[in-house]
Amino acid sequence: MKSLHIKDVTMTFNVPGGEDVHALEHVSLDLKPGELVSVLGPSGCGKSTLLNIIAGFLSPTAGEVTLEDERITGPSSERAVVVNGPSAERGMVFQQGALFEWMTVEKNIAFGPKMAGKPKAEIAATVERLLSVVGLEDFAKKSVYELSGGMQQRVALARCLANDPEVILMDEPLGALDALTREKMQGLVLKLWKETGKTIILITHSVEEALLLGERLIVMAPRPGRIEKEFHLPFAELGLEKTPREVKGMPEFVENRDKILTMIWEMEEDIMGYKEPAA
Amino acid sequence: MSEKKNPSNLAVWLGIADNSFTRQKTVKFGDASAVNSGRAYGLITIFAVFLLWWLATSLEWIKPIYWPSFSAVGTRLEILLSEGFRNITLWDHIGISVYRVLSGVFYGAIIGIPLGLAMGLSSVARGMFDPLVEFIRPIPPLALIPLIILWFGIDEFAKIFLLFLASLFIMTISARAGVSSVRISKVHAAYSLGATKFQVLRLVILPNALPEIFTGLRTSMGVCWGTVVAAELVAADRGVGSMIMIAKNFLQTDTVVIGIFIIGIIGFSIEILMRLLEKKLIPWRGKG
Repeated sequence: MKSLHIKDVTMTFNVPGGEDVHALEHVSLDLKPGELVSVLGPSGCGKSTLLNIIAGFLSPTAGEVTLEDERITGPSSERAVVVNGPSAERGMVFQQGALFEWMTVEKNIAFGPKMAGKPKAEIAATVERLLSVVGLEDFAKKSVYELSGGMQQRVALARCLANDPEVILMDEPLGALDALTREKMQGLVLKLWKETGKTIILITHSVEEALLLGERLIVMAPRPGRIEKEFHLPFAELGLEKTPREVKGMPEFVENRDKILTMIWEMEEDIMGYKEPAA
Repeated sequence: MSEKKNPSNLAVWLGIADNSFTRQKTVKFGDASAVNSGRAYGLITIFAVFLLWWLATSLEWIKPIYWPSFSAVGTRLEILLSEGFRNITLWDHIGISVYRVLSGVFYGAIIGIPLGLAMGLSSVARGMFDPLVEFIRPIPPLALIPLIILWFGIDEFAKIFLLFLASLFIMTISARAGVSSVRISKVHAAYSLGATKFQVLRLVILPNALPEIFTGLRTSMGVCWGTVVAAELVAADRGVGSMIMIAKNFLQTDTVVIGIFIIGIIGFSIEILMRLLEKKLIPWRGKG
């Protein structure tokens, strides 16, 4: 397993005829192999930009990201990506899903190994194993659009594991799901982390999710996008034995959640120059 | 409170009763989904048209030379089916028109789809072809007929070339639109799963563009059907369009009317067939 190093990354977008947008400024972060890191921050703090740089879809204005010693210059199957899926709510189309809707569930999962030129028997074995990991054994031949939002994100998780990547990058993977499905999926993410031991970076704007799904929680602040604070938390470990519900009910969890929420509130007030009217 | 009785299936199908869901709505005016097919009224319209036809011809409100009677149409149809029109069977007239449309759409697709894909994927291709496409697109294909007759005469090639032009730009634009509708998240996902550029094109961009391309095919078919009939009116000795034009010269109004019906029925059938094909071939349409 390889370690990930984000070294002094700055990202500036030049807007023609407007002010430059400082999406990221001097962001540094080191990840040990197998770490589960959640990144939290208000919109506009550059968390998605950071993820896109790690994935290799964007190249930073300054600084670099390396996987072990190798500099990241483009996408690679070493770094798998899971993004927001379609909403579980019927009729609502978020249109952000990254699954291939013209393929069946098993073809979606087999996509990576197929690109890698793996032999057929091996691909079939991988697909079967991953289907059972995410609990979709009976849905192999279904088209992805026949599945619910939660099931589609299970397929997305299985697909990203199929190439046995070094790092998994998740950008609001559960953002479009209803609260109940979301909680179940949080349990699944923890289970996958435990079983595969992968390095996972998870971006979210839910404080609860960030607390639950991060051994390390990075809080980012906007304008310019930067790392504001870092927490080391026991909840991801605890979540391996307890259910997400139980962990969320623990007094330490509630305490931490309030602390971080207050921090983010103040951050937004600072930036927006906007105060919530007193009750 | 009185229970509402469920309307019969037949009444719902005919559109004279609300279905069980619409029945419960209190707001109906302004709710487009509360407007049903109204099939019963459609049947009334069709019946009224034929009644008017029958009355107008049998009471001689209108001369046969302007509009034929039922029996004249029936007799003529029998003749057309048994002897054909001017030594060419009715099926051959229809067949040649359909053949021209299919050829035109085929060649238009073969050239137009790769061109549109290229324009959607490369700035060079877009820059090179955009002025041509944008300039020629708004010209109705019929306006090109004089030039095409000058260049190629009135043989088969000229007609298919005209239809090729008619479908070419529709296909190009739909393929280009198909490429731009591909969500970047899917392309990113494919690269992150180790796909090469060519694999991204073949396995992600192409299937993603298929629904748009199919819409293009459907539109081309419709436009080409309209164009072929018009082109045959101008210059042809075979085809449904030429049949009604020649019949007009002989004041055979019954043949003209039959021809017009055939044109309508075939145009409608093409549309229905393409929709069925689309459902079968691209079930994922609009579900990404």
